[in-house]
Amino acid sequence: MAGTTTTVVRERHTINPLDRPWGQWLQTAFLIAIGLLTLMPLLWVISTSFRTLRDSFTVPPVWIHFDFDFSNYQSVFDTIPFLNMLKNSFYYAGGAVIGGAATSALAGYAFARLQFRGRGVLFWVVLSTMMVPGQMTIIPVYILMGVKYLNLVNTIWSLIVPSVFTAFGIFLLRQYFRQIPGDYEESALIDGANQWQIFRRIYLPLAAPGIAILSILTFNSRWNDYFTPLVFINSQHAMPITMGLVELQGEWSTGSIAVVFAGIVLSVIPVIVVYIFGQRYLLEGLMMGGIKG
Amino acid sequence: MASETLATRERRGGLLGWFRADTFDGVRRQRAILGYLFLLPAFIGLVTFVVGPMFVSFGLSFYRWNIFKPPDPIGIANFQRLLTDSRLPGIYANTLFLVVGTVFITQVLALALALGVTKLRSRKLAYFLRTSWFLPVLMSGAAVGVTLSYLFQREFGPINYYLGLLGIDRVPWMTSASTVMWTIIITAVWKNLGFIFVIYLGAVTNIPQEILDAADVDGAQGWRRLWTVTLPLISPIMLFATVINVIGAMQIFDEPQIMTRGGPGDGSRTAVMYMYEVAFKEQEFGYGSSIAVTLFIAILIVTGIQFLLSKRWVFYG
Repeated sequence: MAGTTTTVVRERHTINPLDRPWGQWLQTAFLIAIGLLTLMPLLWVISTSFRTLRDSFTVPPVWIHFDFDFSNYQSVFDTIPFLNMLKNSFYYAGGAVIGGAATSALAGYAFARLQFRGRGVLFWVVLSTMMVPGQMTIIPVYILMGVKYLNLVNTIWSLIVPSVFTAFGIFLLRQYFRQIPGDYEESALIDGANQWQIFRRIYLPLAAPGIAILSILTFNSRWNDYFTPLVFINSQHAMPITMGLVELQGEWSTGSIAVVFAGIVLSVIPVIVVYIFGQRYLLEGLMMGGIKG
Repeated sequence: MASETLATRERRGGLLGWFRADTFDGVRRQRAILGYLFLLPAFIGLVTFVVGPMFVSFGLSFYRWNIFKPPDPIGIANFQRLLTDSRLPGIYANTLFLVVGTVFITQVLALALALGVTKLRSRKLAYFLRTSWFLPVLMSGAAVGVTLSYLFQREFGPINYYLGLLGIDRVPWMTSASTVMWTIIITAVWKNLGFIFVIYLGAVTNIPQEILDAADVDGAQGWRRLWTVTLPLISPIMLFATVINVIGAMQIFDEPQIMTRGGPGDGSRTAVMYMYEVAFKEQEFGYGSSIAVTLFIAILIVTGIQFLLSKRWVFYG
């Protein structure tokens, strides 16, 4: 009976053209077209990075070829101190991940699980700093990094130190610590654990997914950062890889693009690896409105 | 021992007994102290590198200060200069155009992709497409800028080559003031589409199937179901996605900086790029700060307006 009613109702209404077979076919074609548009530039970069210098700028572009030439990858390291730049980026991103996880875990735990006077106000202060864009603070921070104060300009520390403190990280980890039941704490107290042990041995491990999300978001955003290094760094030995790509483009502006593209491929590999292993955490973090690169 | 009260235990311990873990008050005090200790590193950092600098930025905007001379308080002269700066209206117009164009195209496309991909029957194709759309999000703005500056290159760029096959003349993507902002918009959409898409994908897959089935039974299908059921259900996410998209677009820097350096002329210069140029190329920290302040206020106002307007269209069921 119910079945017949449904059929009758369906017949009364005109069917949406997009639900007809050709409509669905058209939709799928549209999705694939957008997919190709986003993918093609990347395929072009990868494909061209393996071409010889002479062939690299041919028109029409050659998408698939079998004469792999790896010399461009060698040239990347010969043109600029690329290895050193990769190292700088690892220090920058790694330092921000470790420092950020530590300060955010401590503060997040305090806001979620410890009772003290002024907690609400202090949390509100942290939240309000989340609204402040990086460009708003960069001039005073640059002056602070200068010779007169911290004297860190042109060192990788000028990048690492400010990025260790993130309101977003505190907010994120607070959410995770709040989800963990408070019963664990009572039983740990009875077993004679002290407050530090309760944090370190019980709650911190249970917040691991939150720390993974924060770490991956931080790694990607620092690895991809171009604005801060552009302001704080001007000598090649301290440059991260993002600045290196632009240096490379400058070096080869009259020559071949194959070397530049080889550099781009090399620079993207770490974030792709992180994506492959931490996809779930990365996507979850982005959906929570994570820090964008 | 059994008759000993918690209070006497506490008293006997002297100063240390105050924090003894075997009394309730001791534990409570321990936890309060620990709370302040745990907050300390984050607070020192946030005050030094975010809160402090924010106030200093406001302060600096009332000074004339370049690297050679000591700071000189000049009142509101920087803001008067903002009003008379002949470059600024064009730069803010660029920023506005970039934000509106990028956000509109990104939101519509991302939503369409999210609705479309959930209907695909082939799991493999859906996975492949999702990954393709998402890959540019992983790249740095620098890598995107360098890549697309070759792609949009007028003489040898692949884009103009394929347009040529369709009989379209070579487009001066990055060298003509009338097209350059479109180039930056396309770039920004390409880079951020996957990010917004992921947000919508989460929202669309979270709609309970029973509600959609119920709508079908009640005769709301296709476009009608989209307008009256699906969109209202995900409207809180639409607000969220739009707000972060707008804030992000107002701060776009890397791609235009690398692709065009703001050119031709000021043709693709955004507010952030101008602030960078004034503060760090011309070393005018005071005037640079006043531009940063206007940008910050603009972000606050635009975000505020979005939340006010949202009362008219966001549905919290």
